Amino acid sequence: MHEPSSDWKKDNSSSVKELLGKWLFLLYAIVYGGFIIINVVSPEFMGIKVGSLNVAIVYGFLLIVFAMLLAFAYNHVSTHAENVMNKDNESEETEE
Amino acid sequence: MNYVASPWAIIIFLSFVAAVLGISYHFARSTKSASNYFAAGGSIHWSVNGIAFAGDYLSAASFLGICGMLAMSGYDGFLYSIGYLAGWIVALFVVAEPMKRLGKFTFTDALDAKFNSKGIQLTAAISTLLVSLFYLIPQMVGAGSLVTPLLGLPHWAGVLMVGIIVIIVVTTAGMKSTTYVQFLKGGLLIVFSIVLVFLVFSRGISTSPDQGGDKEYHKFVTLKIETLNDGTVGLEDKSYRILKQINNESSSMQFVRLEKNKIETVWSVNSEKGILEETQTIEYFEDGKVLYNGQTKDKGAFYQVGHMSELEGKTDTKTGNLNMFSFIETIRDGTVIRWLKLDVKDEGSKLSIYYQKPTPGTEILKPGLKFKVDSEKGAKTKDKLDFVSLMMALFFGTAALPHILIRYYTVPSPAAARKSTIVAIAAIGLFYVLTMYMGLGAMVSGVVDLTNDNMSAPLLAKSFGVTIFAIISALAFATVLGTVSGLIVAAAGAVAHDVMDRFMGLKLADRAKVKAGKIASIVVGCIAMVLGILFKGMNVSYLVGWAFAVAASANLPAIVMILFWKKTTAKGVVASVITGLVSALGLILLSQETFNNVYGLVGVIAPVPINNPAIISVPLSFIALVVVSLLTQKNVNRNNTARLKSAD
Repeated sequence: MHEPSSDWKKDNSSSVKELLGKWLFLLYAIVYGGFIIINVVSPEFMGIKVGSLNVAIVYGFLLIVFAMLLAFAYNHVSTHAENVMNKDNESEETEE
Repeated sequence: MNYVASPWAIIIFLSFVAAVLGISYHFARSTKSASNYFAAGGSIHWSVNGIAFAGDYLSAASFLGICGMLAMSGYDGFLYSIGYLAGWIVALFVVAEPMKRLGKFTFTDALDAKFNSKGIQLTAAISTLLVSLFYLIPQMVGAGSLVTPLLGLPHWAGVLMVGIIVIIVVTTAGMKSTTYVQFLKGGLLIVFSIVLVFLVFSRGISTSPDQGGDKEYHKFVTLKIETLNDGTVGLEDKSYRILKQINNESSSMQFVRLEKNKIETVWSVNSEKGILEETQTIEYFEDGKVLYNGQTKDKGAFYQVGHMSELEGKTDTKTGNLNMFSFIETIRDGTVIRWLKLDVKDEGSKLSIYYQKPTPGTEILKPGLKFKVDSEKGAKTKDKLDFVSLMMALFFGTAALPHILIRYYTVPSPAAARKSTIVAIAAIGLFYVLTMYMGLGAMVSGVVDLTNDNMSAPLLAKSFGVTIFAIISALAFATVLGTVSGLIVAAAGAVAHDVMDRFMGLKLADRAKVKAGKIASIVVGCIAMVLGILFKGMNVSYLVGWAFAVAASANLPAIVMILFWKKTTAKGVVASVITGLVSALGLILLSQETFNNVYGLVGVIAPVPINNPAIISVPLSFIALVVVSLLTQKNVNRNNTARLKSAD
């Protein structure tokens, strides 16, 4: 009844993006899981001093910064993939 | 605590509300169609949508709840920050683009895209409604706690105000105005949080924080105990008279009542040092009278707290300017006075005693003060499971929240959905780093109101002057407004689009659907107001944890499996959503925290030992989906072959 909120072309890069997304997700899940496990198994480790901070704070900040880095990297690769793979598609179509 | 509203605060606050209503009015003219109403016409730029995501997400819970929990329990509040942010990774890598590709207006659309099943339409809509309601409660509670210090109004008035303003915003303009309100507020919140953190750094830490000279910090005294000649115990300071010891079976702490100048106060016994330490009390009498530290509320005898008893090795000192490292270091190497609460029943009254607990900085800056994780301090397996369960709910819950999911439909393309998610991650990540400093800043700046830890961040701002307090509070209030609007749009979409239009097959015309959505908004708004008043006084971040658990259990398994498992069937999805909803809600309703804090059953042991259901309910939901999908496989094949045959 309604049209989708807007139209877009077929995306050839979606399988690449999905694959990359899955692996990056898994990578982050492992690092996040590690944080939870250390908290439960060895809370003393979290209290060890690192410079003027401690492991808990460094690991916590790291999880936040790591998420940002992965997000930027993912976007960079995805945008590139979209440009390259969808351009091929368009040129093929015009050749036909 | 006694709050007095300042005219300046009221002016800034009112101009904020006026701006919000102005934006709604401006966009109201362009929202005639359903697509405009529920999804802003899919026309929002990704950068605006990204900040609006941050605005949606940095709700009252993130801002008020996390800072409050950090101020009371140190690092454990920050665990929420970490979990809330990590959840965006799921949103970005797994959910963002496929959701945009599959759906139109609502989360149900995306779930149902491959199946066109009545069952999915109904269950997913119910799940959206319930999660939205669960998420609305803490927002409303947050709004209530904000208006008290800002405008001097009672809790219920704040809840009513938010409810009414939001209903006006949502019924006039829908998703587009909601988006721009969120954009404005998300951006401003981050900017002013940075300002606040720099103010904290520049003031430094003191053992008697006087709020920049505005308000002298109450000096908590100790009294020496002496043994008299006849073997009884007395006090060195003869101006105090010992009344009696308070019966207390539930804790090893001992408390006595003293009297001086006809005011009764309660003191905790430190037998190791042979002293009595001052506590703060709220006493509720059976006749309805309430006394704060033995006096009526208007005397203002209930003090703001939060200080370090020892820093840089000294007990009476202050630091100079600090930075993001030296601030943490100062706390880590010193001792912070935390305040713990104990409820006891005395003759003719109920007594809440807040007593001092000196805590080494090293303990403050690692997990364990709120969530028990350390076996040496008596953490049992169930405590650890509880902790893991919470972290799991936060991780998997974000990507399943309805008001976050619908934001994917406001942008033009899947690529724009991805980009706006990245803007959101950057903005939210930055903000969560700031929460650490705002929360700990409140903890050591003598600003914490023990009766309402949600107010820690705004009160911290207040210690720097009324202007920044008014701005931060108005922003926090706008935060509530924006998030509540988003949730109500999501809930209204579930009712008007999923249930009425699709499930019931009413085939509403475009205008009629918008109208149905508006009526649904009003109803949901009213329910939210009632719940907001009922749940007064609970930490909002804690309540949000529940919403995340329900979302993670009911919605996420279905989303993930539809995307990644080809054998998923419509019946499997329905089973998964129902299992997740019922198990998560059931476990929450039977948990110890609910027994104690919601039903008020003190001393009753609840049937469910853990407080966070995700660790049980998420796997259950996955299992239900897989089992039911496998059981209903044959039907699908048969249908397919039947279809093929008929096609022949």
